[in-house]
Amino acid sequence: MIKAIQLSKRYCTLDALKSIDVEISHNSLTYIVGPNGSGKTTFIKSVLELVKPSSGSIYIDNIKLNGDHAYRYKIGYMPQIASFPENLTVKEVINLLKEIRGNYNSLDEELIPKLNLVNEYDKPIRTLSGGTKQKLNAVIAFLFNPEILILDEPSAGLDPVSSSLLKDKIVKEKANGKTVLFTSHIMSELEELAENIIFLLEGAVCFSGKKEELIAVTEERNLERAIAKLMMGKNL
Amino acid sequence: MSKILSSLIIIYLILLQGVAVSKTIIVGQHERIKTIKQALETSNDGDVITIKKGFYLENNLVITRQVSLIGIDFPVLSGNKKEGIITVKANNVTIKGIHFTDTGSSFVKDNAAVKLDSVSNCVIKDNKFSNNFFGIYLGKSWQCSISNNIIISSQKTQAYSGNGIHLWYCKDIEIAGNTVDGHRDGIYLEFVKRSIIKDNLSRRNLRYGLHFMFSDSCEYFSNKFEHNSAGVAVMFTHHVKMFNNIFENNWGDASYGLLLKDISNSKIYNNVFRRNTCGIYLEGSNRNAIENNLLERNGWAIRLMANSMDNNFRKNNFLSNSFEVATNSTRNFNTFSNNYWSDYQGYDLNNDGIGEVPHHPVKLFSIIVEKNRPTLLLLRSFFVELLNAAEKIFPVLTPETLVDNSPEMSLIK
Amino acid sequence: MKTLLAIIKFQFHDTLRSKWLAIYTLFFLILSYALLSFTKEPGKVILSLLNINMIVIPLTSLVFGTIYLYSNRDYIILILSQPINRKVLFVGLYLGLSLPMAISFLVGTGIPLLIFIKIFSGESVVLLFLFLGGIFETFIFVSISFLIASLNDNKMKGLGLAIFLWLFFSALYDGLVLIIMQIFMVYPIEVPAIVLTMLSPIDLARLLVILNFDISALLGYTGAVYSQFLGSTTGLILSLLTLCIWVAIPFYLGLRCFNKKDF
Repeated sequence: MIKAIQLSKRYCTLDALKSIDVEISHNSLTYIVGPNGSGKTTFIKSVLELVKPSSGSIYIDNIKLNGDHAYRYKIGYMPQIASFPENLTVKEVINLLKEIRGNYNSLDEELIPKLNLVNEYDKPIRTLSGGTKQKLNAVIAFLFNPEILILDEPSAGLDPVSSSLLKDKIVKEKANGKTVLFTSHIMSELEELAENIIFLLEGAVCFSGKKEELIAVTEERNLERAIAKLMMGKNL
Repeated sequence: MSKILSSLIIIYLILLQGVAVSKTIIVGQHERIKTIKQALETSNDGDVITIKKGFYLENNLVITRQVSLIGIDFPVLSGNKKEGIITVKANNVTIKGIHFTDTGSSFVKDNAAVKLDSVSNCVIKDNKFSNNFFGIYLGKSWQCSISNNIIISSQKTQAYSGNGIHLWYCKDIEIAGNTVDGHRDGIYLEFVKRSIIKDNLSRRNLRYGLHFMFSDSCEYFSNKFEHNSAGVAVMFTHHVKMFNNIFENNWGDASYGLLLKDISNSKIYNNVFRRNTCGIYLEGSNRNAIENNLLERNGWAIRLMANSMDNNFRKNNFLSNSFEVATNSTRNFNTFSNNYWSDYQGYDLNNDGIGEVPHHPVKLFSIIVEKNRPTLLLLRSFFVELLNAAEKIFPVLTPETLVDNSPEMSLIK
Repeated sequence: MKTLLAIIKFQFHDTLRSKWLAIYTLFFLILSYALLSFTKEPGKVILSLLNINMIVIPLTSLVFGTIYLYSNRDYIILILSQPINRKVLFVGLYLGLSLPMAISFLVGTGIPLLIFIKIFSGESVVLLFLFLGGIFETFIFVSISFLIASLNDNKMKGLGLAIFLWLFFSALYDGLVLIIMQIFMVYPIEVPAIVLTMLSPIDLARLLVILNFDISALLGYTGAVYSQFLGSTTGLILSLLTLCIWVAIPFYLGLRCFNKKDF
């Protein structure tokens, strides 16, 4: 369970998050939506302690984040942009993460063959295409069987086949009892996955609830149109 | 016939007398003659006094006859820290193989282990001297030889220390192969003429390794002067030759590899000046030829005071000195030619071994340091190098005529 | 500790395989080899190497260091999303860059020197301090560059600051010291001069070398303060100590910034 209470983040002159309250329940599939600059990534980075909140607090499984890194054993994160040391091979990058986690056994390596990464195993990162790096990025997020999966724009940069494989994987992990949190600013692509929607606009939570509720409230046919309506300024 | 016969008889008688009179006197603790004083009293011209190994406490011995004093296994002759030990007042005296020690220090008397007073043809060789005020002192003597002696003192202050080898009003003396260590001046000459000083090692002396004044026409070669607290200083002399000497590691505020004050018409060549605070210092010195020397890693290779003129610096090697040449004036009346300067940055397009760009060995920074010594701490900093480079392009403060117009491109062999 | 070693190990691998490090090593190799084969004078070689210590190493350390942190930003984010202490990552990144750079300097200048070791008889102390200085300069300026990059998210600003600092320490600073010393010439300025010199890491590396190389000059024409400071081991120990402080302070500040920073 992820809970944010009155979470604010202020960068110099910009309020990225304006005292938001968010609750993401255990074993849910939550879709954080919002236009560019709405605070999606800031929120995710706050959960990962990559960004230090200006005020407010975050609880993971009822434990308040205080700088102790141990809680991140529970989290698998797939950042928007993947970057690895250029001269290491794919295998070495994976080994590095294994060493950091101290986890060599209970691994979920399902995606490695599925995403055709086996052939790339001994190649240095600098020779890989952007898409391949993104695949590696996805593999890493799932690798350690984390309870919570945080995926920032997961389908960006992936080809349609990989993208749908990834979606299947997300659904499967949800079924395995994982909590999944993902973002996108492209409404349509992950619509089918979403159960819960958190809609962020200019650093504030505009809507938080079930997908069906949002469609009902906005009286639109599908999620994309519902969100478009929200963005155009219809207050709920 | 009878004339020849009588001459032969006379020669025979003379020879007979020589053999008959010349005798060997043995001194030793278990001999009949137990003191050197006693031996000297019984001696005649031509006698050999052999001193056996042992310890002899004797002061103010005076040699008045032409004898040889030969030590066996270095008998120790101690002055018991009072007065001097031996004074030679006869010609043709030889002193050899004796260990002289502990003369008394004095502020009024020049107590010496061995003093030669107005004599000639004396030989002092293969002796050891330790902790004496003066080691060997020659006054008004001529044609004497001082060789292969080891003269060591361990005094800490100049006031309690005399000179290792001291010459005053002498001529035609040879000082060779001696080691002088820890005295006030290692070798001191005043009013000495036509003497040769060679193959000596003079080190760790409290003042100068070699110090001479008013001593014309002497030659100094193959000596080594190192770790003397003020290096070597030579003054008021002309027609000196100094060659094949090594001046090394003389460090300190007023320490010089070689200090030349009022030295003229002299030749200084083939010497090595290494790691001295100042390699060669010239003050009021004129018409000297300074050639083929190696000046390496000195603080200042050459300090040239403006009152020195017509000195000729030629074919010297200047290697990695902190400063190559320093001077106290923007004018210069000396010549530098065909030297090798390791700081030289010019080129030799016509490949004749001589750089086409003249070399200015006086750097701007050396002038700054001259006026403001603490700035020395900035030595070799990038900024200082930039300053020097700028001054090289537009000389304002450095002497324009102090220049080597024909710098060698490679080390002179 | 285990994670730290893992980070260092993989950063080490990464840096060692990088093209620029190979170029950096090659630069030292070619330069010192050329120097040595061009001139057989140990003094000249030592002074040229001193200039490398004072100019090349600070510049490359500053520039490589800042670029390294900036270009690895996304990778840092990935690692920080793992259960790892930020401080551990910072130390790992720092050692993962500075160690290979120091080794590159050692190998690049060391091998040619070993080939020509004969001409350096009696210079072993100077050489030792030359290498020590170069290693210190590497660690100091990488730690300064990490501080710069941790303070500024703007790459151009960070790089600009790095180059300015290089210019400042390698040239401007000594100019300022010289001006100050000229202005206060009539006063006893030995102690302030020593303090001012020790405030610059580049000057410290220079001191290490000239304390040996130019000792005959330094001990002449200076007051008691200098001969006490320069002529004894006190100066040496103090210089080495200050060099350590110069590594530690920017490193500590950088670590604090990195720890508080938003990614």
